[in-house]
Amino acid sequence: MPIYDTRLRRDKAYLGLCYVAVAIGLGWLAIILATLLFEGVRGISPAVFTQMTPPPGSEGGLLNAIAGSLIMTALGVALGTPLGMLAGTYMAEYGRHSKLTIVVRFINDILLSAPSIVIGLFVYEVLVVRMGHFSALAGAASLAVIVVPVIVRTTEDMLLLVPDPLREAASALGLPRAIVIGKVAYRAARAGLVTGVLLAIARISGETAPLLFTALNNQFFSTNLNAPMASLPAVIFQFALSPYKEWQQLAWTGALLITSAVLVLSVAARVLQTERRVK
Amino acid sequence: MNTMSNEQDDGIRPAAENSATAVQAMNPVQSQPAEKPIPQAVAKAAPLKQKVSIRDLKFYYGDSLALKSISLPLYAHRATAFIGPSGCGKSTLLRVLNRMYDLYPNQRAEGEVILDGVNILRREQDLNLLRARVGMVFQKPTPFPMSIHDNVAFGIKLYQRLPKAELRDRVEAALMQAALWGEVKDKLNASGLSLSGGQQQRLCIARTVALQPEVILLDEPCSALDPISTAKIEETIDDLKENYTIAIVTHNMQQAARVSEHTAFMYLGELIEFGVTAQIFTSPEKKQTQNYITGRFG
Repeated sequence: MPIYDTRLRRDKAYLGLCYVAVAIGLGWLAIILATLLFEGVRGISPAVFTQMTPPPGSEGGLLNAIAGSLIMTALGVALGTPLGMLAGTYMAEYGRHSKLTIVVRFINDILLSAPSIVIGLFVYEVLVVRMGHFSALAGAASLAVIVVPVIVRTTEDMLLLVPDPLREAASALGLPRAIVIGKVAYRAARAGLVTGVLLAIARISGETAPLLFTALNNQFFSTNLNAPMASLPAVIFQFALSPYKEWQQLAWTGALLITSAVLVLSVAARVLQTERRVK
Repeated sequence: MNTMSNEQDDGIRPAAENSATAVQAMNPVQSQPAEKPIPQAVAKAAPLKQKVSIRDLKFYYGDSLALKSISLPLYAHRATAFIGPSGCGKSTLLRVLNRMYDLYPNQRAEGEVILDGVNILRREQDLNLLRARVGMVFQKPTPFPMSIHDNVAFGIKLYQRLPKAELRDRVEAALMQAALWGEVKDKLNASGLSLSGGQQQRLCIARTVALQPEVILLDEPCSALDPISTAKIEETIDDLKENYTIAIVTHNMQQAARVSEHTAFMYLGELIEFGVTAQIFTSPEKKQTQNYITGRFG
């Protein structure tokens, strides 16, 4: 059966190509993670979490950068999540059949893939220039702009996954629309909505470009939202490019911290999503 | 041909023309219930009160006409079964009675649906209040993602502020009516989703009953259930008639015969025949009805 034999050979050839593609994709990831782990772990010590970023040539830690990252990420998520949820809810519930939804979805997709440096420049223009100085607030605002489209997208997608019969059943009890959405649809989509927030956090925790234009950096510990604030990505950027050994080591360690955090968030999001599917 | 249908339909093609029984059904209106009792229908009780009266109802999905001028009554404390092949408009008709179709644009109804003397299709009808009076149970069980207790209490809490103990009593009473209490009384805090299909469906019935509606619409409530659950739900329906007016859509002819006093046979969006269940199943007037019932088509 020559036709069948040819087919078998072709199958093997394509399968081989697939393996090669997978190996290349995963290989790079493995190399990156291994390097990061190797270089980063060496620098892990209590000092990293208790001391400030040092001046060149001396020992120190990343406390101000870690705190700054946490503060701005939390603030960015707190600003962006309600906005995104409201927009996503409108699109999936009230405006499901309206033209506005199609327009908003299109614009949101553009925003979703907008280069973050453009968003940084925009916030610089709108906030930093007007306020006259860099600030944590501007940093959080630029992160919020990145959060919004992610949340809009996941909120809409997750609410659309809630079966319509459930909405009908709730409406059939005479529940007003707002309660159908708030008490039934949100609850049914809860795991998905939380996943969206986790993914948004993962997305912004590594952003560097928008922070360089807005929060800048700060060598000292600061919780003043109206002043420049340090952040892990900005510190990594600065220290990695420097000629000082101690700084370079801290950059590696900081990179390891961010990567681990993002990894944990992504895994948590994935777990939540599977749980939802099992139900 | 007389009074009611002529008053209502003058000029418009009266659906009643299609069916002598439909005319007969239109006859005993609220005003004069005892005057002309329906023949064998009244084995149970004498005066039949019309709870709902559907008059010249047309329904559109976009431009396509799904219900072609339907007229028939639903009698108080009776079950009316709707039978007919898939796509004949049974479920559509049911969804008009609580205006469920209003959730979707491009769907509209024309004509009148009179509930206790008021046309519920009028524009200023409050839909939430209507749906609290006209409850609905769907084909697939749709428990809310919350505990068994909350599933039932949810609707009550929206309309009444009750002390906790009283709320518990209401939940218990509703679960009793739905014949579910015995099976769940020890796990009221378990998720509604943890129940079996038949239990979930009875939970949905309990949820509907808990609001103390006047009319209950059942859209193929047993189609996803095994025979034992089906039997339980049929018993439940029988009990419910005491307090409620029931409309049930079903594909199961035996079920229609078992649970209903009146039966409407629909085909391609038209009401072919409406009458007393026993009569429809033994000596239907229309050939089409007979063919359907004996399984020759549909």
